[in-house]
Amino acid sequence: MSETEAPRTAVAALVPRLREICGEDGVLTDTSRRRTYESDGLPHHHALPGVVVLPTTADQVAAVVRLCAGNGVPFVPRGAGTGLSAGALPHAEGVLLVTSRMRRVIEIDVENECAVVEPGVANLDVTRAAAPYGYYYAPDPSSQQVCSVGGNVAENSGGAHCLKYGFTVNHVRGLDIVTPSGEQVRLGGKGPGAHGYDLIGAFIGSEGTLGVATRVTVGLTRSPERTVTLLSAFTSMDAGGRAVSSIISAGVLPSAVEMMDALAIEAAERAVACDYPAGAAAVLVVELDGPAVEVDAQLAEVTRLCSEAGAFETRTASGADERARIWKGRKSAFAAVGRISPSYIVQDGVVPRTALPEVLRRITELSAATGIRVANVFHAGDGNLHPLVLFDDAEPGAAERAEEVSGAILDLCIEHGGSITGEHGVGVDKACKMPRMYGPDDLATFDLFRRALDPDGIANPDKLLPTPRLCGERPGVRKGVHPLVEAGRAEQF
Amino acid sequence: MTLVEGLDAEGCALREGTGADAVGGLVPARVALPSDTRALGRVMSAAAGEGLTVVARGGGTAMDWGGLPRGLDLLVDTTGLSWIEHIAGDLVVEVGAGTPVAELFEVLAAAGQRLSVDPVRAGGTVGGMVATGVSGPRRLLNGALRDLVIGMTVVRADGVVARSGGRVVKNVAGYDLAKLHTGGLGTLGVVASVAFRLHPVPRALRVVTRPVPSGAHAERMLTVLRRSTVTPSAVELDWPPEGPGSLRVVLEGTPEGVEARVTEVVEALGGESAVADTLPEGWGLLPVEGTLALVSVPPAESVRAATRVGELAADADVRVSGSARSGTLYASFPPGTGAVGVETVLGGVRSTPGWSATLLRAEPHVHAAGTDLWGEVPGLPLMRAVKDSLDPDHRLAPGRFAGGI
Ligand SMILES: Cc1cc2nc3c(=O)[nH]c(=O)nc-3n(C[C@H](O)[C@H](O)[C@H](O)COP(=O)(O)OP(=O)(O)OC[C@H]3O[C@@H](n4cnc5c(N)ncnc54)[C@H](O)[C@@H]3O)c2cc1C
Repeated sequence: MSETEAPRTAVAALVPRLREICGEDGVLTDTSRRRTYESDGLPHHHALPGVVVLPTTADQVAAVVRLCAGNGVPFVPRGAGTGLSAGALPHAEGVLLVTSRMRRVIEIDVENECAVVEPGVANLDVTRAAAPYGYYYAPDPSSQQVCSVGGNVAENSGGAHCLKYGFTVNHVRGLDIVTPSGEQVRLGGKGPGAHGYDLIGAFIGSEGTLGVATRVTVGLTRSPERTVTLLSAFTSMDAGGRAVSSIISAGVLPSAVEMMDALAIEAAERAVACDYPAGAAAVLVVELDGPAVEVDAQLAEVTRLCSEAGAFETRTASGADERARIWKGRKSAFAAVGRISPSYIVQDGVVPRTALPEVLRRITELSAATGIRVANVFHAGDGNLHPLVLFDDAEPGAAERAEEVSGAILDLCIEHGGSITGEHGVGVDKACKMPRMYGPDDLATFDLFRRALDPDGIANPDKLLPTPRLCGERPGVRKGVHPLVEAGRAEQF
Repeated sequence: MTLVEGLDAEGCALREGTGADAVGGLVPARVALPSDTRALGRVMSAAAGEGLTVVARGGGTAMDWGGLPRGLDLLVDTTGLSWIEHIAGDLVVEVGAGTPVAELFEVLAAAGQRLSVDPVRAGGTVGGMVATGVSGPRRLLNGALRDLVIGMTVVRADGVVARSGGRVVKNVAGYDLAKLHTGGLGTLGVVASVAFRLHPVPRALRVVTRPVPSGAHAERMLTVLRRSTVTPSAVELDWPPEGPGSLRVVLEGTPEGVEARVTEVVEALGGESAVADTLPEGWGLLPVEGTLALVSVPPAESVRAATRVGELAADADVRVSGSARSGTLYASFPPGTGAVGVETVLGGVRSTPGWSATLLRAEPHVHAAGTDLWGEVPGLPLMRAVKDSLDPDHRLAPGRFAGGI
């Protein structure tokens, strides 16, 4: 096979039909063009897609999926490819269905406080379209300039402000989907969902395994009257953690509470000269928004609580530029770590907020014991950790050791009753970790649900749940005794 | 001795069903009272072994919700699953399904916290609240009930105990199956326990009540509120069959903040508003008798929907109330309203694009008349597929859900 041809597999046989459906320019078979899609935001997982299609309408999506279903060919939906769990990792013998040409903001409906968009629309473009009316789209993943609303739906994405405003699932009112059999279904609309099972709720976060979202109706949020950002510096992480606890238990619900440790501050300082207070072992970024009078009252309280917890300096900013300066350090932290380390792993785990101090101490111990540096940048308000595990890939074995530390951090999360992912999803990356968080019966139940909608297993296979191919064992294999066996009626099942 | 009978000794009391246990006129042969999740699992697997149809009951306040069950061999009383694990520092609680909602609220209030939901029925259990899935007026800030559920343990039709979600607020691992059970009327599994995210009780609360003499007036008021940035917790429309309607705006926050916001709302709504610092008696509760419909419309059409229901009902005195800002309205028919009258309202609402109407509770004579409780349900084939996979023999409350599920 020459380099520029599509592979000669079942999927190759579909190409002529795919061209009829999506047009000549909507089907990519050329190797070099396919290669640009070989990974998402987690590049160490990569595979060349069998073929790439770029549909422009829901009808085209449905026709592509029907074709796949009819021929038993797997498909993988892809939005902007910013996912961090390899959820959009292509299937070598499958169709990669990219929504990047479905980018219309169909409607901004101010009276009903909602927007109707195609799945390829960038998250921030919803806010841009709504802003002239005094509204915005609340879920704000850090990747919001690029990531697509369809991807947000698939990952149930949230952002720094989800502490107060929730995740994608709390804002989606209507969803058009193409099911794994190629059926088009419209769920919900501009009004609140009314009847039947909450399929919208169950579809959100399904990582492309239940079909493709082709149109999304999202609720818009009234832009707050006032927003204030506060930066507080502490001499220890414990003190910063105490401040977070006292803020939350005082009944203040900030829109964001973010924390960075000394290493993360150092990196940010070097990268963007964010000018955080010198000597800080921890900084806290707290944002308050809402009616002006409420924000003012809360600001006074948060400032007091921070200083009681030991803050040696607190700055506040209410203008957009000043606020952006405070956020700059936090927002650049991931990329900035590249300045102090040749390579790093971004981990995503969740612990109950009260377990934060203990877990952070354990991470420090882990780091000391292994000699692997860990920078901590995280959503402190909801216990969502994003440890950055630093290593030098030129050093033999370093990547493996970093992986081990990163995995050990997830174990800490599970041990403390948390989760293996707060926002990046399971994808391929964490599929084999699912059995550490859920029991065989839980996993088997997830699988039952998945199969109800995708009986032939063609929608983004090998993602989200452990499979033998990925993890070397059958998913959801029950190890204990089935309750019916216990009840003495095993022979029935 | 049957399998189910053998359970008696294993943490699961068993008795014969009586008329008081009837659901939709069906008297269950037996009633089981498991004492914990494991015992519930044993009951369900024994019931599976015998092919019994099963309906779960919590506080028994909504056994007349949904369709009539087609079969009822075993009633599972969940009130033994009553426990509260409040992790106050994390603003999280996990609760046994049989726990009375009132008890949960008391425990949380004592710690200065709350589950930010207004129940629509008094006397219910947490499991029943979740299985019916309906929540009251205060949903504009922290969402509706489904938005506050962060984890759930459910016993499947075959007795397998399965958990989804967890005890942390942020968690995207695995499918969010709790969404399907919330409002699922126990047709996909029996809820054993639920974990919720909580909120601190705001230090101040005010209710601004504004009479709205006409639909046009109500629309104007709602537009004014939408344009302001006062962020109410609830904007509740009450549209009685006769006499002026009213709007209630609930503001919560800091004492200083709320004072100023009340002033803003009162000014925006004009002179005749009354301000109270407590919620009115019976806040959010729906009538306990009579046929009850959930009318769901795009929010901007709430008032039009309320007035339209009034017109359609003609001389049946239907009261419409609900969250005007979210488009969730309840139409309460007086007890005894005939099926024809109910169907006229349903038909009129359903024929308007973007509007839907579901009968949450129908009186026996409305059931007898064969009234369609659900109307057209988008995605019904998918729902059937989900039912078939989780309850392949259709033994869990068969007939109670949309499309006869
Ligand atoms: C720098 C950076 C910062 C980030 N910050 C955040 C953050 O703050 N919060 C957060 O939650 N995430 C964050 N992410 C992760 C990522 O941006 C989100 O998961 C985002 O929602 C993915 O959107 P996407 O369009 O890029 O999806 P893709 O990566 O293309 O796909 C992600 C998954 O969604 C599926 N999918 C895509 N489109 C559809 C569709 N239309 N229908 C069905 N399934 C579909 C894919 O199959 C895949 O499983 C970040 C990523 C980067 C690179």
